[in-house]
Amino acid sequence: MTKKQNSFTSNLYIFIVMAFMYLPILVMIIYSFNDSKSRGAWAGFTTKWYADLLQNESILTALWNTLIVAVISSVVATLLGTAAAVGIQAMKKRNRELIMNFTYLPVMSPEIVMGVSLMLLFVMFGVDFSLFTVIVAHITFNVPYVILSVLPKLRQMDKYLFEAAMDLGCTPLQAFMKVMLPEIMPGIISGFLIAFTFSLDDFNISYFVSGERAQTLPVLIYSMTRKRVSPEINALSAIIFVVVLTVLIITNLNDVRKEKQLQKGGRRG
Amino acid sequence: MNNTNTLISLRGVTVEYDGVVVLDHLDLDIKDKEFVTLLGPSGCGKTTTLRIIGGFTEPSQGDVFFDGVKINDVPPYKRNVNTVFQRYALFPHLNVYENIEFGLKITKLPEEERKKRIKEMLAMVGLSGFELRRVNQLSGGQQQRVAIARALVNHPRLLLLDEPLGALDLKLRKEMQIELKRIQQQLGITFLYVTHDQEEALTMSDRIVIMKNGEIQQMGTPTDIYNEPINAFVADFIGESNIVDGVMIEDYLVEFGGRRLPCLDGGFGKNVKVDVVIRPEDWEICKPENGQFRGIVKSSVFKGVHYELMVQAPGEEEEWMVHTIENHPVGSEIGLILTPDDIHIMNKMSPEEEAELVSALEADSILEDGEESDEE
Repeated sequence: MTKKQNSFTSNLYIFIVMAFMYLPILVMIIYSFNDSKSRGAWAGFTTKWYADLLQNESILTALWNTLIVAVISSVVATLLGTAAAVGIQAMKKRNRELIMNFTYLPVMSPEIVMGVSLMLLFVMFGVDFSLFTVIVAHITFNVPYVILSVLPKLRQMDKYLFEAAMDLGCTPLQAFMKVMLPEIMPGIISGFLIAFTFSLDDFNISYFVSGERAQTLPVLIYSMTRKRVSPEINALSAIIFVVVLTVLIITNLNDVRKEKQLQKGGRRG
Repeated sequence: MNNTNTLISLRGVTVEYDGVVVLDHLDLDIKDKEFVTLLGPSGCGKTTTLRIIGGFTEPSQGDVFFDGVKINDVPPYKRNVNTVFQRYALFPHLNVYENIEFGLKITKLPEEERKKRIKEMLAMVGLSGFELRRVNQLSGGQQQRVAIARALVNHPRLLLLDEPLGALDLKLRKEMQIELKRIQQQLGITFLYVTHDQEEALTMSDRIVIMKNGEIQQMGTPTDIYNEPINAFVADFIGESNIVDGVMIEDYLVEFGGRRLPCLDGGFGKNVKVDVVIRPEDWEICKPENGQFRGIVKSSVFKGVHYELMVQAPGEEEEWMVHTIENHPVGSEIGLILTPDDIHIMNKMSPEEEAELVSALEADSILEDGEESDEE
């Protein structure tokens, strides 16, 4: 095979993969501007679904719920998970392995198991389903992800850094804040982002613990699809997609700029 | 502790981890402005001793005094002691200036004073102009200097150094040895230095403490320790030695290698088995017929400054290591002479002690160029 053919096949391959991933989204975005409730036919361009969306209270409430749950649960999970990781790292080997197995368990087990068991737990203790139960559930399934992303950073850290800080006059708390925290920050941030996206995305667990009043967006959309997907959902999904895309582009550009700076610094050094 | 000159005193300090005794009733005094080196093979407890004084390890028994005040329960951040860690432990998220400033900021020293001190310190370690470098852009030797500056800028009474030169290459290590000694004399700060490199210890120290299995074997000036090792372990650890079995016939007369020779030692009793230690550089080489010993050169290795010969007489068991600046070809016959002060007599080690010595020395030579295993 010549080089040219080779690059043609690989381009074709990339094109097909991209098409599989993004065609559905493209179709969805197009239909969000379709002036008809039916999914089958194109009846002209309109933005009325976007206008309707801003008036649809149940969707807006669900969006608001989702954001509140995502923010609170990911922040709390990050705090708990980081503290847990620090504790686990300080343990002796046998205990550490034991705890890590318990940490992996919720990650490995199907979400539906988590959902059902959390629901039973709340019912058993007579807790009414509300935003509170959703947040507690999300914290629960997010903590392991934070632990798993912070622990490697702790392991990479020079174990004498903490002692060096104390040697230079830091109390243990100061040593943690001034030396350990900056070292493991990348792990904490990626743990937070994972927790945040998982929380935004979660359907399985939220479905069991949200009840009538505290529906998150995925739960609401699912309940709507049982009748018919409203074009407003298309509009909302399109907006979410564009927002996520923008965030991704900004962070990537940032990374590229940082890398360039580092290279410059490296040359100077 | 009545001696105002004593800065640090350990009294009966014992450390045990899970039933393993790491330090065994250690007594140690370090005087103000002294450069003391703890020397010994890995696992001898030298690093643990350092950590006790730094406050990172708690003694299971015994007391630690600083300037006559008991500091057993004083946490590291309240001790007037700073440490240069084995792998430097510089803060990677801070640049050179910020690393050195770290301790001063914690103690809330005014900015003007901080600037002044850091400038002085950078000049002293030869890193002026490196303020804004990231620490992981520095070479090993430069990181080493930052670590020293970061510790010394706080003006501690005592600086602890845990094998700080272990990761550097030989040439840099020699330079830094001289540098460290200069800094110590210039600032008049007490240095407690840990190493398993006997040459390093001999070069820099005012006093050397030789340790084995959590116990002190011998304390003294480098010259004392080299010339008058107290036992075969010290003799073998410090420099190379011929160690052979001998019998003390009476005071000032010893028999070894089939000869009776005069020596300077007494008080062992009559007909007592002893170890005889002879430094390879103490032999005098002469014509075969004039020697107290004579033998054939079995091997000759050029060591840079001197040749190392192995000499053995036909039919005799002992093989002597001889250092000489003049080469003698393999196969030639030479004579060897010892004066009485070249012969060092030591109490005989028990077979267990001998086995320990062998394993300790073997373990050490394996680890020599690698890192020392954790002593905890």
